[in-house]
This record gives sequence, C-alpha cells and structure tokens, in this order.
Amino acid sequence: MLLEIEELTKHYPEPGGRRLPILDVPRFALNEGERMALIGRSGCGKTTLLHIIAGLRSPSGGRVALDGIDLTRLSEQGRDRIRAAKIGYVFQTFNLLPAFTALENVLLGMTFARGRLNPRRARALLERVGLSDRAHHKPRALSVGEQQRVAVARALANQPRLLLADEPTANVDPANQDRILDLIHETCAEESIALIMVTHAMDVARRFERIERLEEINRIAKGPAAS
Amino acid sequence: MNIWKIAWRSVRQRRLPSLLTAFSMALGVTLVVAVVTIHGVVTAQFRNNATLGYNMIVGAKGGNLQLTLNSVYYLSKPVENISYPFYLEFFDQETRDERIRESYAYQAHEAAWRAAELASACAIGPIGPWHRASLDALKGHALRPCDMGRDGRFANYVAFVIPLCMGDYFGPFRVVGTTPDMFDVLPEYGRPVVFEEGRNFREWTPENGYFEAVVGATVARERKVRVGDDVNPAHGDPEGHSHENAFRVVGVLKPTGTPNDRAVFVNMEGFLLMADHAKPVADAGDEDGTDAGAPSGSGGSGAGTDSRSAEARPESPDARLALRPLPLEQREVTAVLVRTVNPFVAAGLQNVINEGDKAMVVQPIAEIYNLLDLIVTPVQRLLLLLTVMIICVSGVSILVSIYNSMSERRHEIAVMRALGASRVTVMLIILSESCILSLGGGAMGWLIGHGLNWTASSVIEERTGVAIGFWSLAPPVNPYEFIGLEPRHEILVWPELLLIPLLVVLAIGVGILPAVAAYRADVAESLGK
Repeated sequence: MLLEIEELTKHYPEPGGRRLPILDVPRFALNEGERMALIGRSGCGKTTLLHIIAGLRSPSGGRVALDGIDLTRLSEQGRDRIRAAKIGYVFQTFNLLPAFTALENVLLGMTFARGRLNPRRARALLERVGLSDRAHHKPRALSVGEQQRVAVARALANQPRLLLADEPTANVDPANQDRILDLIHETCAEESIALIMVTHAMDVARRFERIERLEEINRIAKGPAAS
Repeated sequence: MNIWKIAWRSVRQRRLPSLLTAFSMALGVTLVVAVVTIHGVVTAQFRNNATLGYNMIVGAKGGNLQLTLNSVYYLSKPVENISYPFYLEFFDQETRDERIRESYAYQAHEAAWRAAELASACAIGPIGPWHRASLDALKGHALRPCDMGRDGRFANYVAFVIPLCMGDYFGPFRVVGTTPDMFDVLPEYGRPVVFEEGRNFREWTPENGYFEAVVGATVARERKVRVGDDVNPAHGDPEGHSHENAFRVVGVLKPTGTPNDRAVFVNMEGFLLMADHAKPVADAGDEDGTDAGAPSGSGGSGAGTDSRSAEARPESPDARLALRPLPLEQREVTAVLVRTVNPFVAAGLQNVINEGDKAMVVQPIAEIYNLLDLIVTPVQRLLLLLTVMIICVSGVSILVSIYNSMSERRHEIAVMRALGASRVTVMLIILSESCILSLGGGAMGWLIGHGLNWTASSVIEERTGVAIGFWSLAPPVNPYEFIGLEPRHEILVWPELLLIPLLVVLAIGVGILPAVAAYRADVAESLGK
C-alpha cells in the first residue's frame, strides 16, 4: 500500500472559538502505481485533501502514511523531504516560476529534492512532453498548453512515487487536454507512479479505472466551501 | 542549480527595481571609496609634507599654527617679522661678520676710523708698525658695538638655516623671498626637487642682478609662466599694487604635491630691495647689539625710508644691476627654517629661543599632525558618518525593495515549497538576494569610485603629489584611530576591504525581515489552487 489515510480530520478555526469542519475521512488507501480520479463538487475539500497528502497542510487529526511513513508524526522539515523525494504536484494554474526557463523549471524540482541535478532526465522529460525545442524559453514565451506540459515534466522530474494533479487540464484547450492526460497516464504507467487526479470533468475521470467521489469518502458531505 | 543561482534569477526577474536598489547601494559605496581615498590622499600628502628636511621654524612671537601655516603651507598672513641680527645668531663668526660689514653701523665706524687714522697721521707723521698695531687693536675694540668677532649664539646647533620673507603675491600665489639654499641644500634633507625647466635662482648674476625667481608647477600652469618671463609681485595682498621691479623667471619646478607648487620663490636680496620691504631705518635701532648708527631718514621712497630700494631709482636693467644689498639695519625676515645638527638639541634650542622675547620656535611636524587632528580628521569623520548613513539608507531601500516584492512572490515561494524547498531554503534564497543586491551594488560602487579616482588621478597627482591608480586601495588604517578611538591594538586594515564584511552584515540585517516573512509564509494558503 502506497498511501493510507485513517480517521483524517481537518477543520479551520472560526471567530468565537468555533471550528469549521472540512474533512472527516475514516479510511482511504491507494496502491502503488494505482491511478485514481477524485471528483466532487466545488469547495468540498478536494484541494485540502491533496495538500494534506503532500504534507503542505497539517491535518487536525488522524493518520496519513506514505510508503509506510506517517506524515503526521514528521516535522515540517521531514515532510518537506518526503514531498521533495516522493511526491510530484501538478497545479491547475501550472505555477511555473517566471524567472526560469522550461528546462530550469524542471531542474528546480531536482534541486530541492536531492541537491543533485540530472539535466539528462530533465531534457528527456521535456522531449517526452514535446518541448525539447522550447527548453530554453521562459514561461511567458510558452503557450498555456506548453506551460502545463512543462509543469507535468517538472512534477515527474524526481521520479516520484505519487503524483498529485489538481485539475491539470482545467485551463487548457481540448487538444492539449488529451495530450496532457495521455502524457500523465503513460508516464505513470511506465514508471509505476501512483496518481490522484482531482477533476470536475467526467470525461477526464472516465479515463481512470478508479473514480472516487469525495462526498462519499468524506463524512462531512455537506460542509461549506473549504478551498 | 544552487541557491545563489535561484536568488540571482529572482533578482534578474525584477530587473529595474533590482538595478535601482543596487544603484542606491552603489552610490553609498562610491561615497565611501571617495572618503577613504580622500583620507588616504590627505594623509599621504600630510606625510609627504612632514618630510620637510627641517625640524624647526623660527618666527615672530605669535601663534604656533599661524607660523606653521604661513611657513609650511604659505597660507595665512605673517604677524610680524624677526630681526635680521637675530637671524644672524644662527651663523658662524665668518658669515656673521661678513653680513655685518653690510651694516650702516660698520660703515660708520669704518669711516670714523679712517678719519682717525688720517688725523693721527697728520699729527704724528707716517704710521709705523707699532702705531698700526695699536690702531688696529683700538679699532677692533671700537667695533664691538657692531657685535662682530663671534659665532652666533645658535650657530653650533644648526646644520642649516633658510630664511623666508613673505608678504607679496603673484596673482593668488605667495611670493617667498629666500636664499638659493631652498633648492640647493634643503632637498638633500627633505623631498627632492626637480626642475621642469631652467635652474635654481642665484644670489646675484650679471644678467639679472638680485632679481631671479623660480616658480612652482601650479603657478607656472595657471599663470602661464615660463623661463625667461618676468613676474611682478603685488605688495601685501593679491589685489595690492604691483611692484615695478620684475623678477626674471629662471626655473620652473616639476609638480611636487607640496605647497611649493603654489609659490613663487625669489631671491631674498631682490625681495628686500623692493619698495616698502626695507625696514625703516628710524626703527632699526640697536635691537640686537648692532648699532644702527646710520643716517636716519637718508633718502627713502614710498613709505620708505629705504635709501637703497630698487624702486627708488629709475627702473632699468642697468639700475637694477647696480643695486647693492640692503644694509643689515633695514633687513627683516619673516621666518627661518632650521635643521638642527641632531634631533636631540632641538628641544633645548626651542626652550632657549622661546624663553627670549625676540622670537619663537615651533616644531612643524608636530604642528602638521596637530593640524591633521584638528581640522582634517574631524571633517573626514563627518564625511565617513554621512556615508555610513547613506549606506544604511541604501540598506533600507534593499529591505523595502525585497519586502515589497514579497507580496507578489508569496505565490512563487509557495511553489518552491511545494516542490520540496524547506522553509530554511527559501529563507536562504531571500538572504542571498539581499546579499547579491548589496554586494553587487557595492562592487558597482567600488568600480565607479575607483573609476572616478582614476579619472581624477592626473589632477590629484599634480595637486598633491600622490599617485592613484585604478586598483590603488586606500592605505591601511588602524580601525580604532579611523573612527576616532584610542588605538588599543596595533592592527592595520584596508578600509575598502572592510566593506565586504560590512555589506554582508548589512545585507543579512536588511534581508532578515523579508526572509523571515518568506519563512513564515503559509504555503497552502499562498498556493490556493
């Protein structure tokens, strides 16, 4: 089992000492290399769940284990290390760093993970996403689709065990959407990378063998918007 | 890709704000370089000037500083003169007697004794050997009022003396009446003197009589004077009336970086012969043992009472050549530069002269360093304080620049964190940016400062004698002394090298606030979606 979540809760403090519950997930698991689509209505806590799995946010309670390591027991620095080494993250808005070229954006992930760069893999990834000729272009010189492909290459740079993709095709045109999805699926399959992709689009979700609706695994089915 | 490269890219991303921020730091550092360079140049110049070749200045009673400024830097105005007989106390018997023979007193006695000889011859017939010996002995006794026949009181203690007579100007520049020893003897003990053109003036030449001059490099340049030209000093003030007598320029000095560059040196004999320079004979009483005995008010011109001043006669080369030196009673000197036979007698000689009422002695090197402490050092400290404040303001501008960028970079930092960068890593990236701006600005300022130094190097060298190259660092200083504290340890540091740790500390100081802000940034919140 790659990812195990038990009795996960997350709530935010509110004025007056009250707490706003967002997540209450009794159990959730993901096998190694398994690919899963996570769907749910807007504001039901999908991104919050991804942030907790990535170690970017601490849960209010429960256990989140990645590769047998309980992230909730780790210090923030420990979670940073795990995230850098084992998790890739693709954002809806790409989040490429504008000061760096496409190649450097890919290398940046390697810098924080191991401190040792592998330019050959970075170039291979860019070639794989069809951007070998755009390696030295900065994000502003790339189209939206190209930017997202660079973001995918960056997320895969460290050969992560788990790829978290937060609506990666929401901002791209249909042609690029298919290309990006193909790319993610193929790479995850080849490198045995587990995948959780948050999406609203059912046509995207249908490409996955496993589809989970957050409202079904989250006891707070009718909670207010969390993120 | 290391932290420095990431920070550098971030700095480059905000090119214009970064450039402006670095430039403000550059201006601060340029000023620091300028201040330490000025400090270095002034100190070097003071040291150069401290290599005077003489160790005492004798002048009229008054202020030490004024005498030093007047005699070493040719600044300020002389208060009073010292009497020539007192000046002669620095000479041996032979020289004194020779000078005293030029006095009215001596000439009067000579005339009286010739008359006595004649009377005696008339009375007793031809003078025999016994009679001649008696007369000579009597004459010798009678000459005692002229104070001849002895060494000067200070003669045994001095290696050389050089008189200075001042009060006239050539344009804004001082005219200094002195002896050829100024350039024949003094350079052997002090700073060497090289003639750009011509030669030293002589006491008397068949072509120019007593009227020869040597001009300093600045005078020659600014007044466009060359060998063969004539200079007419103005009396008492740069705007004063010009003397009719002209001194023929026979030499132009190479730049020395000393006050000599800004002076005209003329033969003292010629200087004394100019109108209003001769001491009125009525005042020339027996101040120092020499009996004036001269026909008071004989002749004279202008204020003058000077029977021999050149301007009392028609100005023509022949008339000038026919002039004889001024008699002793009509002479004065403004100051005397003295080198003692060894440094140990200086204090004793100083005491003896200072206890008298005719003159005073200052030790110029001590006064020069007092002057440095009194005037130059406080100004430099003030400048240094200002530049440190400017650097601090530049540092604050770095702080503001980075801190303002934090709001737009919060998302960027969150992305880095999401990619695995730790809080410490992003903090180090921000501190590195601060260091890049600070050190980059510092390097820019250093280059600008040294570029300006290099641009001005020819002028600085010409005016001060201190050579500065592009890569010349300001001379090492004791940091305690530099900031005005009592030196506790004998350590010397190059002030410009201190800039490196200073800028790093400043960068860390101003970078820490935005770095902590980056450290504390909530990644999930900043990422949003």
